[in-house]
Amino acid sequence: MKVAVIKYNAGNVQSVLYALERLGAEAVLTDNLEEIAKADKVIFPGQGEASTAMRYLKEKQLDKLIPNLTQPFFGVCLGQQLLCDYSEENDTTCLGVFPVKVKKFIPESYVDFKVPHVGWNNLFDLKTPLLEGLSDESFVYYVHSYYCELSDFTIAKTHYVLDFAGLMHKDNFYAMQAHPEKSGKVGERILENFMRI
Amino acid sequence: MLTKRIIPCLDIKDGRTVKGVNFVQLRDAGDPVELAKIYSDEGADELVFLDITATVDKRKTLAELVTKIAKAINIPFTVGGGISTVEDVKVLLNAGADKISINSAAVNNPQIINDMAQEFGSQCVVVAIDTRNVDGLDFVHTHGGRKPTLLQTQAWAREVCDRGAGEILLTSMDHDGTKGGFANEITAEISSMLSIPVIASGGAGNSEHFKDVFTFGKADAALAASIFHFKEIPIPELKAYLNSEGISIRK
Repeated sequence: MKVAVIKYNAGNVQSVLYALERLGAEAVLTDNLEEIAKADKVIFPGQGEASTAMRYLKEKQLDKLIPNLTQPFFGVCLGQQLLCDYSEENDTTCLGVFPVKVKKFIPESYVDFKVPHVGWNNLFDLKTPLLEGLSDESFVYYVHSYYCELSDFTIAKTHYVLDFAGLMHKDNFYAMQAHPEKSGKVGERILENFMRI
Repeated sequence: MLTKRIIPCLDIKDGRTVKGVNFVQLRDAGDPVELAKIYSDEGADELVFLDITATVDKRKTLAELVTKIAKAINIPFTVGGGISTVEDVKVLLNAGADKISINSAAVNNPQIINDMAQEFGSQCVVVAIDTRNVDGLDFVHTHGGRKPTLLQTQAWAREVCDRGAGEILLTSMDHDGTKGGFANEITAEISSMLSIPVIASGGAGNSEHFKDVFTFGKADAALAASIFHFKEIPIPELKAYLNSEGISIRK
């Protein structure tokens, strides 16, 4: 099985490759449209700023390719946000796979809720095969200032300031705000589950 | 619920851990990768590696070590020590580090905080601040706390936050090594003042000290070295204690 990890100007994709390596998957980091289209599975990692990332995706024509892919696809962190319609981060139109808005955390008090949301938080209201074997006590590692709103596509929630979409699913598209590659055994299980889909 | 983080810190010299460690299960007590794996398995939420190698050609050795660590563990880790340029950061992040920590370099040239945050994002820029109380006022110190600066700690913390730091690692040099507890007062002051997380460091001696720094100290995370290395407080026991005290902790 060949996994394409989409290469763009996102930080720390290396950790995603290492995590896949630990699972014994054959992963390749690429921005080649043909190679991505042919892969059995696609992972869209991310860390960075939405408008810069979208610009880069357009330059590489990845914005046309991604929404039309049919194999299991997994957007991670910024990757989840970019799969949405729109992000408040620099007023950015995104890829439009999920009819969901990405908003900035605006807590009433920054003493109670620091932004970015950094650290381990739990998932709850879990659904679908992607979260098989996990409980509401499953903690995953977050680093983000923007979040995806709850929708019919939410398959796991997390609470910080408010309930937001920890994971989402629509057709062949899966997405996760936290970093599975940095979320210990829980993250490993989610990646494993994705590889089995 | 967002949990409080427990962070063991490992000092690295020439690719090896320096401070003595007391882990019976370690085959090689000086191997940072093996130690990192044990901490990760025991429930550490994050790790910090502080490179204290003094030689110039250390970057390559450190980057190689970072790659080995990133391949072996699946929790976030920060690398610090002697980082002073955007290029230094790029090498370490590409090797697999999640965050880098800068200290003296930021004091000498605060603009690098902006530059690093701009280039890599705030989330991976940790600014370490060593503070010492001098006649009732808190001042930033460099060179392992030996060299005082004219920067007042509170003002400097505000400035690094404004310049784009993602987190502050606050070490009280007055408490470091005393095992008498964290500097709760200044930690609370800085944590309440800023919108970014504060990691408290220096002074951990028992489990209660962690509870205190998370409650009175308002810290988002707590870092310690020797008490973990010498197994004075095993991480699973510490976490069970904090949980029983009502502190939100990852199980």
